[in-house]
This record gives sequence, C-alpha cells and structure tokens, in this order.
Amino acid sequence: MAVAFSEKTKERFKAILAKYPEKGAALLPAMWLAQKEFSVITPEVEEYVAKLLGVPLVRVHEVLTFYTMYAAKPLGKYHLQLCTNISCTLLGAEDILEHLKDKLQIGAGETTPDKKFTLSTVECLGYCGTAPVLQVNDDFHENLTTKKVDELLAKLK
Amino acid sequence: MPEPILSRNFSKKNAHTLGVYIQGGGYEALKKALTEMKPEQIIQEVDKSGLKGRGGAGFPVGKKWSFIPKEAPKPKYLVINADEGEPGTYKDRPIMECDPHAVVEGAIITCFAVGIHWAGIYVRGEYVKSIERLEGAINEAYAKGYLGKNILETGFDLDMVVHRGAGAYICGEETGLLESFEGKKGQPRMKPPFPAIVGLFQGPTVINNVESIAAIPHIVKNGGEWFNGLGAPGIGGGVKLFPVSGHVKKPGVYELPMGTPLREIIYKHAGGIRGDKKLKAVIPGGASAPVLKPEEIDVPMEYANLAKIGSMMGSGAVIVMDEDTDLVKTLRVLMCFYAHESCGKCTPCREGTGWMAKIIKRIEKGEGESADLDTIVSIANGIRGRTLCPLGDAAVGPALSFVTKFRQEFEDYIKVGAG
Ligand SMILES: Cc1cc2nc3c(=O)[nH]c(=O)nc-3n(C[C@H](O)[C@H](O)[C@H](O)COP(=O)(O)O)c2cc1C
Ligand code: SF4
Ligand code: FES
Repeated sequence: MAVAFSEKTKERFKAILAKYPEKGAALLPAMWLAQKEFSVITPEVEEYVAKLLGVPLVRVHEVLTFYTMYAAKPLGKYHLQLCTNISCTLLGAEDILEHLKDKLQIGAGETTPDKKFTLSTVECLGYCGTAPVLQVNDDFHENLTTKKVDELLAKLK
Repeated sequence: MPEPILSRNFSKKNAHTLGVYIQGGGYEALKKALTEMKPEQIIQEVDKSGLKGRGGAGFPVGKKWSFIPKEAPKPKYLVINADEGEPGTYKDRPIMECDPHAVVEGAIITCFAVGIHWAGIYVRGEYVKSIERLEGAINEAYAKGYLGKNILETGFDLDMVVHRGAGAYICGEETGLLESFEGKKGQPRMKPPFPAIVGLFQGPTVINNVESIAAIPHIVKNGGEWFNGLGAPGIGGGVKLFPVSGHVKKPGVYELPMGTPLREIIYKHAGGIRGDKKLKAVIPGGASAPVLKPEEIDVPMEYANLAKIGSMMGSGAVIVMDEDTDLVKTLRVLMCFYAHESCGKCTPCREGTGWMAKIIKRIEKGEGESADLDTIVSIANGIRGRTLCPLGDAAVGPALSFVTKFRQEFEDYIKVGAG
C-alpha cells in the first residue's frame, strides 16, 4: 500500500512550502507532518517525503537518523523522556530513572510489552530551574519526586 | 529593585496576546524605528547600547549587523536562534512563551535596520508551547499590518516563519543551524565564509539569539545609552537574564545588570545554597563554561571579567553545586553529553569527546588508573583549537577545569573508588 498524506495534511504541506524561499527547506516541517500522520517514519514514508520535496532519498534518511525526535521505530502511547543532564542529575534524576525502570520493568530506550510506555533518557530540556524534569509526549512534569512519578503513571491510561 | 525590562511580561496575564502587549507600550518602538529613524541610526543605537550576543559568544550585536553588505546579489536573511540547548539554560523559553511579541517586534526592527525581508526563528523541537505562542504572535502581527507587505504604510515588507528543530544540540551552533534550516542534517559549515556574507540559502545572514532580539525594542524606544547604563557601573552593557539551577534555594531566571557579582546572584537572588550547605563549585555560563571554585565567585558576571579568570559568560546560566556533589559523576554527565552531541564531522571532537567520556566513566566505576587524569588533559589539549566548530572547545572547558581545579577529588576516586 502506497503511503500518502490525507487531503488536509496536503493542504497544510502546501501552506508550509509557500512560506520558504527554497523547497528543500521544508524537509524538517514535512517530516513533522509525516510523523504526526503516520506515527512512524518507515522507509515508505521516507520515499514519499523525498518525492514530495524532490530531494534525494539519502537526504531524508540522513535527517531521520541525525535528529533524535523523529521516530524510525514505533514508540509507546506515552513517550517518557527523562532529562539526565547536569541540573537534573544534581537534583536526583538518577533516582527517578531507577524508579521508572523499576515501575515499568524496562530499561531506557525500551517499550513496555503492552506498547503503553517508551522510556528514554534525553539531554537538557530547558527546564533546569524546575529539575528534575520528565517530558511525556508534549507535556512537561517538573520538580519530580518518586511520589509524583507514581501519581503521574497512575493517571496515564 | 529597578523595573524589569526583558522579564517584565513573565508573570503578566495574557501578555503573549497583541492587545495586552500593546497596552504595555508594545510596538511603539516599531513605529519609532520605521517612521522616525533611518536604518543606520538604529544600528548606531544598538552599538551604543553595548548589547552583546546573548547566545553564548557575546559578539557585539550592532557590529554584527554592520558586517552585512548593503548590496548583495542574493536576498538577505535574519535567523533567530531559539535552539536553547546549552545545559543549564532556560531563559529564552519564558521570553517566547510570555513575551513572543517582543521577539516579533525586535525581529521587524532588526530586519528594517539591516534591509532584510525574510526572517526565520529556529525553535528547538521540544518547545511546543513556545512555537504555538510565536506562531500566534506572528499571525496577530500579520493581521495588524506589522508583518507582510507595506508595514505601517512605509513600503517595508517582511515575512516571518517559525521553523521547528528536531533534537540536536549542535543545531544551536550558528552554521549547523543554517544547515538544519535548509532541511539538512545540522553539521556545522567551514568558516569563512561567515554567515554575514554567505549564510542561509547562500545569502548574507544575521544570526542572533532570542534574548538579543527581544532587547532591541527597548533599546530603540529608550535609546542605546539608556540600555548601556543599566549595566553595572564601569561595566555597562545593559541587563541580562541569568537562569540559575542546581543546589540553590530559589532557582529561577533573574534579570540583573550585566556585571552583577556571581556571589550576589547565588546568595542574594537565588537565596543561597539549599540546606545552608557549603558551596563546592559553580559553572557560571552554561555547561561549556569552565567551572569556578568558591573563592572565585566575586567575579562580575560579564564577558571580559569571566574570561580574565579563565571561564566564560556563555549563556549566563549559573549551575550551583553544593559540598555533597560528586564531581566525578557530574563531569561524567557532561562528557557523555558532548560525546553524544558531537556531530562527528571532525576527528578530534568526535574521537576525543568519546575517549574522555570513557575514561571518566571508568574512574567513576572505581576502575581508574593513575595516568587517567593526565590522559584527559592531553586529550583535551589535542582537541582545543583543532575543531571545525566551537563544540570541541566547549567540551574541553569543563574537562580541563574539573580535573585541574578539583584534582584531589579525582585522584581519591582513582585510589579508593566512590566515597
Ligand atoms: C555547540 C554550540 C551550541 C550553541 N547553542 C546555541 C543556542 O542554543 N542558542 C543560541 O542562541 N546560541 C547558541 N550558540 C551560539 C551561536 O553559534 C551563535 O553564536 C549565536 O546564536 C549568535 O547570536 P548572538 O550573537 O545574539 O548571541 C551555540 C554555539 C555552539 C558552538
Ligand atoms: S567540533 Fe564536533 S560538533 Fe563541531 S563540527 Fe567538529 S565534530 Fe561536529
Ligand atoms: S539539565 Fe535537565 S532540563 Fe536542563
């Protein structure tokens, strides 16, 4: 089955293209649209995006693998991204990580068998003043404690 | 306390909307710039303000603008750096979330001053709320006639776009950012040519940090001398946002005069060390700035003063470590960060950061060897000054300063393992 954007996404893509002086510059935004639409950027999606923009497939693949936020593999429903950089580590990010691993019974970079949670460790998220911080999909949970993590996990259905 | 300037909208309700922004005097500077001032006059005011780039390198903003050729065969561009990835730094996010119109207004004035008709702001991918707020502000500005064609009936045209990054620290480096903006992997470019001559889409390009751009409307409205005078006596250079994190009682983003002593930031504004413990070490300007010992914190937080004691102002992010901090672990965190974020384009950085990370990890595990510290120093010296972009040097700063200033702690670790 050939992949393609829905009509609505095609419209959005056209509007984005119109904003850039050069077509190739719309590659990152096009990948964001693709990720939203297909969840995973599979080889077929890569081909589709390359064709849309008229850029070599290898360039799409480079972009997919260079950046950390594009998903080449399926993620769980909730992607838990824990900052383990300096300010968060100073305030106990390692304990939070151990707690998460323990609760979810997975390691960093893994997904629970029920596909509900993916756990990742990430670099500084720009919330160092309210460390430690955990990003869950697009939301940020700040000043974390193990108790707060428990409450959060219980809420994520 | 003087009236806050850059942070004046941080806790004001709905300040991100056009109406509230205008009520607070917003877009008055735009009108002044476009209808009463010549482009050269604006650049002069910015020069006089003593404003230095807030992204890390501290280059004078007015001077940077004056490097852009007046006539160029290719269109000119403004790129605003909102990649905010330097560990410890969280000052651009509140500007974008709470005061996005300040960024838009600053961008329009900058473009008018330099003769630019297309501006892009590159926001790190995780900052979803910043992106929403900026897009909202840009849409409002278009609707009001502050962006688009014939702005304020002056014949000046400008388009502005928000570009979402996708997770890579190196895209904060200005030429990596340009590559990423053009839809490529964000590997830095060789300089020269500098972006002022050959930048985005091969055109002359101004690249400035969010905080630099957000200061512009204030400078235009109240004058360069006024802004310069807000800095500490004898230092000048205006006010700056200092994000403080780590073991302090009141972490937060503090707007203070350039040249405020580091001690005052830690003990007065951030409330001192948690649990009234002793200070062990402090990084004054984001992860890449060499670490300082407690006896060094009377330094004024300002570019030249910090350089004089072998550190740097960087983003102004202050990371505070108390007496119980494990510095071996802390340096391991930093070295793994640089090894992870090295883009791999040049050998000294790609290999050297990896080696340093490996050695520190070994020391942390209690498997260090007595030669390890000298090896780190020699690797660091092998990286320094030999890389394509400053990320290599950025890794060297913490590595050398940690192992030389706190050598005893590292040696104890090697001898007897962790604590
Ligand atoms: C590895 C690296 C990361 C950087 N990250 C950022 C960043 O996140 N934000 C930023 O404004 N500048 C960053 N810079 C500095 C930029 O290269 C550039 O100097 C700055 O955006 C220029 O704007 P300014 O003169 O207004 O500071 C980084 C530099 C390096 C070497
Ligand atoms: S110094 Fe490091 S990050 Fe910069 S270009 Fe070289 S390998 Fe890439
Ligand atoms: S160090 Fe964790 S958010 Fe900055």
